[in-house]
Amino acid sequence: MIKMNGIRKLYATGKVAVEALKGLDLELKGGEFVSIVGPSGSGKSTLMNIVGCLDTPSEGEFFLDGERVDQFNGNQLAEVRNKKIGFVFQNFNLLPYATAYENVELPMIFAGAPQKERKETVTRLLTRVGLGDRMDHKPTELSGGEMQRVAIARALANSPKLILADEPTGNLDSHSGAEIMGIFEELWKSGTTILMITHDPNIAKRTKRTIMIKDGVIVTSLNGNGNGSSSHE
Amino acid sequence: MQLTSLKLYMKQFLHDLRAQKLRTFLTLVGLSWGTVTVICLLAFGYGLQNNQQEQMKGLGDNIVIMWASNTSKPYAGYPKGRWFGFVPDDIKMMRQNIPDLEAVSGEFQRGNITIRNGRKSKLIQISGVDPEFAPMRTIVPEDGGRFLNDIDVNDKRRVIFLGNDLRDEIFGEGIDPVGKAVLIDNVPYTVVGVMVKKKQDSSYSGRDKDKGFVPATTFQSTYGDRYLDNIVFRAKTLEIHKQAVDRTYETFAKRYKFDPTDREALSMWDTVEDNGFMVFFVAMRLFVGFVGFMTLMVGGIGLANIMYVVVEERTKEIGIKMALGAKKGFVLFGFIFETLILTTIGGGIGYGIAQLIISLAPMMNIKDYVGTPTLSLQDKLAVVAILGFIGFMASFFPARRAANMNPVQALKL
Ligand SMILES: Nc1ncnc2c1ncn2[C@@H]1O[C@H](COP(=O)(O)OP(=O)(O)OP(=O)(O)O)[C@@H](O)[C@H]1O
Ligand SMILES: [Mg+2]
Repeated sequence: MIKMNGIRKLYATGKVAVEALKGLDLELKGGEFVSIVGPSGSGKSTLMNIVGCLDTPSEGEFFLDGERVDQFNGNQLAEVRNKKIGFVFQNFNLLPYATAYENVELPMIFAGAPQKERKETVTRLLTRVGLGDRMDHKPTELSGGEMQRVAIARALANSPKLILADEPTGNLDSHSGAEIMGIFEELWKSGTTILMITHDPNIAKRTKRTIMIKDGVIVTSLNGNGNGSSSHE
Repeated sequence: MQLTSLKLYMKQFLHDLRAQKLRTFLTLVGLSWGTVTVICLLAFGYGLQNNQQEQMKGLGDNIVIMWASNTSKPYAGYPKGRWFGFVPDDIKMMRQNIPDLEAVSGEFQRGNITIRNGRKSKLIQISGVDPEFAPMRTIVPEDGGRFLNDIDVNDKRRVIFLGNDLRDEIFGEGIDPVGKAVLIDNVPYTVVGVMVKKKQDSSYSGRDKDKGFVPATTFQSTYGDRYLDNIVFRAKTLEIHKQAVDRTYETFAKRYKFDPTDREALSMWDTVEDNGFMVFFVAMRLFVGFVGFMTLMVGGIGLANIMYVVVEERTKEIGIKMALGAKKGFVLFGFIFETLILTTIGGGIGYGIAQLIISLAPMMNIKDYVGTPTLSLQDKLAVVAILGFIGFMASFFPARRAANMNPVQALKL
């Protein structure tokens, strides 16, 4: 699903350039459920943005689903984001003036799906995350956990192969966080590949593999049962 | 898909409208005001020009009025300053020798002539002319009457054609005097027609509405004038107008033996040359259009400003949409769409107000001075084009800024 070789990311801010990723290699097979952990500023979000095709690496090769995407232009990347990737953010990122239904519908509009198909899919997805009766509610009328469930439904709208989540439980209480994790587990069981960033060791434990990033490189990659293989920097 | 996107754009637009009530309102006011100004300036300018054109036709449509004068150059042994006069035979000569002419008429004039109908009498000016005089001077007979004709001229008939104001005074307003007799210096003449009211702002000897017209031949035998006061002529087309004028000089130079380059020997009032005046109107309209355009530009700058604010405020939203797969074109078009809607609304309101002003203008009794303000199709298209241009310019730059945003940066806000 994902293959990265020697990924570097440089941010040129003013006179000093920050090297957020320093030659990172990563491989993710289809159907994996992986968490990324690491100290603040280690480059987790930077990596996630590149994997999610929101940003491009300064150097290195990146294959996504068999395609080399590191050289793609803006519209090609938009296409990949639309069709192959579903994002879940820490702060939900729902459109405030749109209802739950309309938020979930949005990626399908960008994909050009017909009205009938959109209606069917949106209804099914919102029901699946337990919000079948809240479809016409706006984000302000929903709790944090509910907003995140709308965001997950939205991430699934175009049936992507890969779900990316940057601290999806970061803004939720432990109970809602556990619920969200439950949904992710279900998704994984039905065959979706999931990559998520987390600060919470308990959340990381529930994934099947944990990658530790430090200073822009992967320092360890552990299986969920604790027996890790250490891939040195 | 297209329709769905439009719905989405519309939703965004309504959202912005609600979020930015005051700013949107002020922008609309600016755009409407600009549109009203442009349309009114153009419409009044056009009305004024039409009015002027009509007035000029009142004197004559592309005619030349010609007077005999003194020579200013010595020629063939004659000294300069020699005088000569036109005689009716000169008209025949012109018809024969200058094929470029469409119409030509001599004109005798005499003032202080008494016209009498029963008890009503008046001192007027009379012209003795040929039938071709009428079309040149845009003189049209009222229904039931006619202008002088060839038979009148050949038979030296005692017939008279009346100016409309003269008729009003001598016979009464709206009375049809055709067939009735009037006394001209105590000689009975039959009225053959009355002139339809026309606009005329320039003349060389009083307005046609106050005059009486009799056949040139009748005039000459009655009053014994030897010389015509002036000659009026018109070329067949505007293209050969200059040529006709030159031929006229040559012909008269030969006949009266003056230097053909002596332009002062014949003095001409060339109303075609006068049309250079129209250039002034075109220039005025361009200027007025430019002023209006600048007014609208100010509205446009307000519009661009509000769109920059909208982009600013919607950065996060743009980031979200981009993350979900919206392409640059979608973002770009969304903003252009919104701005064009605002422009359409502002322009529409302005158009409505301007139309109201234009339709009320004739009630103010200013028609004689400024004509009827009219919005020509050309001007309408110009206004639409200007509005479209401004709407597009005002939206394009903010929209491009939005579309070129880095999704990661946009999401961070
Ligand atoms: N747009 C940017 N311009 C300059 N430097 C940046 C930019 N984005 C990130 N960085 C820098 O890159 C490094 C990695 O940032 P990143 O956001 O990936 O960290 P992170 O692991 O997600 O941290 P956190 O756990 O706090 O979210 C940091 O040093 C950060 O300051
Ligand atoms: Mg982060």
